[in-house]
Amino acid sequence: MKIKAKIMDSRKIAAALKRLAMEVVERNHDLKNTAIVGIRTRGVFLGERIQKMIEKSEGVTLPLGILDITLYRDDLSTVGPHPLVKGTEIPFDVSGKDIILVDDVLFSGRTVRAALDSIVDFGRPNSIQLLVLIDRGHRELPIQADYVGKILPTSRRENVELKLKETDGADEVRIVEEE
Amino acid sequence: MFKRRHLIGIEDLKREEIDHILDTADSMLEVSTRNVKKVPALRGKTVVNLFFENSTRTRISFELAAKRLSADLLNFSGSSSSLSKGETFRDTVQNIEAMHPDIFVIRHAASGSAQYLSSFTKYSVVNAGDGAHEHPTQALLDALTIRQKKGSLDGLKVTIVGDVLHSRVARSNIFLLRNYNTRITLSGPVPLVPEEFKELGVEVEYDLDKALEGSDIVMMLRIQRERLSGIFFPSLREYRKYYQMTPERMKRADKNALLLHPGPINRGVELMKEVADGEQSVILDQVTNGVAVRMAVLYLISGGTNELDH
Amino acid sequence: MSLIIKKGRVVDPAQKLNEETDLLIDGGKVVKIGKNLSVPGAETVDAKGLLVFPGLIDMHVHLREPGFEYKETIASGGRAAAAGGFTSIAAMPNTLPMNDNEGITSFIVDKAAAESPVRVFPISAVSREQEGKELVEMGSIVEAGAVAFSEDGFPIRSPLILRRALEFQKTLGKIIIEHAEDLVLSGEGVAHASAFTYKLGLKGIPFSSETAAIARDIEILREFGGKIHFAHLSSRFSVELVERAKRDGLQVTAEVTPHHLLLNEDLLSTYSPLYKTKPPLREEKDRLSLVDALAKGIIDVIATDHAPHSQDEKELEFDFAPFGVIGLETAAGLIYDRLVSTKLISLERFVEVLSLNPAKILGLSGKGTLAVGSDGDVTLFDPEKSVVVDCERFQSLARNTPFQGWKAKGWPVMTFVAGRRVF
Repeated sequence: MKIKAKIMDSRKIAAALKRLAMEVVERNHDLKNTAIVGIRTRGVFLGERIQKMIEKSEGVTLPLGILDITLYRDDLSTVGPHPLVKGTEIPFDVSGKDIILVDDVLFSGRTVRAALDSIVDFGRPNSIQLLVLIDRGHRELPIQADYVGKILPTSRRENVELKLKETDGADEVRIVEEE
Repeated sequence: MFKRRHLIGIEDLKREEIDHILDTADSMLEVSTRNVKKVPALRGKTVVNLFFENSTRTRISFELAAKRLSADLLNFSGSSSSLSKGETFRDTVQNIEAMHPDIFVIRHAASGSAQYLSSFTKYSVVNAGDGAHEHPTQALLDALTIRQKKGSLDGLKVTIVGDVLHSRVARSNIFLLRNYNTRITLSGPVPLVPEEFKELGVEVEYDLDKALEGSDIVMMLRIQRERLSGIFFPSLREYRKYYQMTPERMKRADKNALLLHPGPINRGVELMKEVADGEQSVILDQVTNGVAVRMAVLYLISGGTNELDH
Repeated sequence: MSLIIKKGRVVDPAQKLNEETDLLIDGGKVVKIGKNLSVPGAETVDAKGLLVFPGLIDMHVHLREPGFEYKETIASGGRAAAAGGFTSIAAMPNTLPMNDNEGITSFIVDKAAAESPVRVFPISAVSREQEGKELVEMGSIVEAGAVAFSEDGFPIRSPLILRRALEFQKTLGKIIIEHAEDLVLSGEGVAHASAFTYKLGLKGIPFSSETAAIARDIEILREFGGKIHFAHLSSRFSVELVERAKRDGLQVTAEVTPHHLLLNEDLLSTYSPLYKTKPPLREEKDRLSLVDALAKGIIDVIATDHAPHSQDEKELEFDFAPFGVIGLETAAGLIYDRLVSTKLISLERFVEVLSLNPAKILGLSGKGTLAVGSDGDVTLFDPEKSVVVDCERFQSLARNTPFQGWKAKGWPVMTFVAGRRVF
C-alpha cells in the first residue's frame, strides 16, 4: 500500500463537518422533524458528531439512528463468506421525518442504494438527504449527495482511506494506492 | 468469519464460530421487530424444508426465518410423500435437487441423516434435527437466550434433566456449552442418562435435587411417554416423583436460574404448569430467538465456501 | 487331465509342509508332491514366487438364492468366491423359501454343481422357518447334502430346540453354527453400545447381547454334550467365554470376520451404512482381542459372513439400512496384508483358519489339506501383488464392501477346484 497524499487532518475534518452541520440547519427550517441516520460503521460516528454540533449551536438534539446495510447489499451472492451483520437501531419512527443519511465516502453509490431500500422498510419518510464527508466520484448508480465535505477526484486504482478517532484512534483522510 | 457451507452439528464448531452465529442472530432479532419484517439478503435463494419427521414448530421457525430473509421456501414432508412409495431418501433428494434449490433444511428420525445428505448433495445442508444425534439450531437458540438473560455463557452451572439418551437437544447443548467455561450436570433415570455421557466432559447426578443445587440454567428435555414408560422408567407416576420439575424443586436452583425447554412441553410430565409458566421460564423467548438464530444460520451458510466441508 | 503346479511354496499345516515344491493333480485329486515332477502331456502352471495353499474355505456365506437373486446368486457368489481364492463355501439358510428342508438343500447342491465354479455346501436351518418351534427334518436334510445347521441372521431362539439339535448331533454329526445374539438386548440397536456411539446418537447393541447368548449355549452344551461353532465373534468378552469353554474341554469352536478383525466403531462417525454390521463393529480393544485370540487358537476360523445387498437397499440412512457387508473378494488379500505381513499371525495359521479348520469343523473330507489323496482344490497366492480394492470390478452382484479403496500387498491370483482352474 502506497500513500499518495494526505488530504485532511483532524482540524480540516472538524471544519468540514461544522460546515455540513450548518448546511443541514439552513436547509431544514424545522429541525423538530429532522433525524440523522448513520450508515455503519464510520457514518454512525460522523452522524454523532453532526448531532453534537447541531446540539451545541441550535440547542436541539436530533434523533440518531444506526443503519447496518449488510442484509441489503446487492453483492451477497457473490462475496465469499458473508460479512458480520452488526445490527440496525432506529429508535424512532421514520415516517414523515426528514432523514439526514450520513456516510463517510460516497463512491459507487451502491451502499446508499441499499440504505435507501432499508430506510423505506421502516416507514415513509418525508425526505431523505444524503450527507458524506468525501465524494470520490465513479458513481455506478444515479445517486448524488446533498451535503459534501470534500470532493476528491480519484482514479479507480486509488483508494480513499478515512480514519476516525472513534474507530481508528485518529482523524485522517488520505489517498492510497495498491502496489 | 464464518466459512461453512453446511451446519451439520455443533460438535465440530469452534467457539469463535458459535459466537459469530450468535452475534449475527442478535442483529437478526431486530428485523423481526420492524413493521416490514423482511430484508432482501437471500432474495432469489430457494430453501427447501426436507422434513422426514414431523415437527411443526421447527419447520415453521425455519420457514419464517427463510421468508424474513426474502428466500423462497418449499416445504417437503417425507412422511406424506414418496417414502411410503418405496422411493429412497436419496431418490427423493435428487428429485428436489433437479429443481435447483440452494439450501436444504433437513429433519430426519435417523441419526447421521444430515451428514449423509451433505455427502452427496452439492447444495448447503442445515440440520434441523437428526435422530438422537444433533439439533444444532436448538442449542444455538438456547445459547442466545441464555446470553441475553445472563450476559455471557461463561461461568454458568447448567443442569440438563430428562431423556438425555434419546435427546439430540441434549447432545448439541453439551457440545455447545463445553466450549465455554460452564459446568454441565445431567440428571434423569439411569437408563436415560447412561454414565458413558461423562466422557463428553459432563457430570452425572441421578439425585435431581442435588443436581439442581446452585444451577444457573435448568434445561428440561421432553419425555416421550408412549415410548419410554415401562422400560426406561417404571411408570409416569414414578418419573414425576423423582424427576418432574416442580416449583419446590426449582427453588434448589439459583434464585435467578432460567428454565428452558425445547418444546413441545408435556405439561404435567416433565414439568408442572406453574414452572412452565413461571417467572423463571424463558420458553417463549426461546421460540422468538429460534427464528433469529435460524435467520443467522441461513444467512451465514449461504455465504459459505467449500473450505470447511466435511 | 493332469495338472502340475511347479515351484510354488506349498503351505499345508495339516502335513506340516512349508517348502518350495511341485504338486501333481490328476483325476481331481492330489496325486504327488515333490520336486521336479513331470508328466507327459500334463498342463503345467509356473508358480515360482507364489504361495500354494489348500483351497480356501469360507464357512459363512449368504448366497441369497433362492429368493433374492437381485442381491446375489449361487453363480455370482461362486464366481466371487473363486476370485477371492476360495474353493469351497458354505451357504447360510436364510433364503426365500428358507433352506429348512431337503428340497431347498438339493436345489442348492444341484444349482451349484451346474453354475458355481466353486463347491457350495448348504447349511440348513435348525428349526422350521427359523422360528425356534419345530426342528427341521435333520436326517433327510443331511442326506440331501447339508453340512451344518444354523439359524444365522438370528440366534437359535429356543434353548429347548438347541438342546434337541445337540442331541440329534450324536447321530448326524453335523455342527451347529450359532449366531449368538440376545434379540431383546439388541432391541432396535444399530451399533455397538459405547460412549462413542452414544455421542453419535446411534442405538446401541451391548456386549451382553452376544455374551449372554454364548453363555446360554455353553451351559446347555456342557450338560447335554455336542459341538457348537460360534459365528462372527465381535467382543473381547466373547473371546473369554470361548476360551473358558475350551479350557473346560467343551467342543466349542469360533469364527471371526475380516471386518471385525480390521475395523472398529470409530468408522461409524461417517454414518456410512457400509459399516453397519451384525454383530456391530466394536471397540479397538475388542478388535485387538479378536486378532490375539485368532493367533492363539482361541478363535479357529476366519469366515466372511459375506452378506450381499443391492445398492438401493444398502445405501440408506444408517438406521434404515440392512446389516451386513460382503467379503469373499477381499478377505484373503486383506488378512494377509494386515495380519500375516505384519506378523500378527503366521502364514501357517492363515492357512489353518482359512482352510484346514473350516474343513475340519464342517467335516469336509479331502479338503483343508493338499496331502496325497485329498481334493485338488488349490489357491495360488502372490505375496508381491499390489491391489487396490475396487468394488466395481467385483464378481459379486453386490458392492457393499467396507474396504473400497484399501490397498494390500499380497492377493490370490489363481484358483483351482478339483484340478480345474476356475479363476
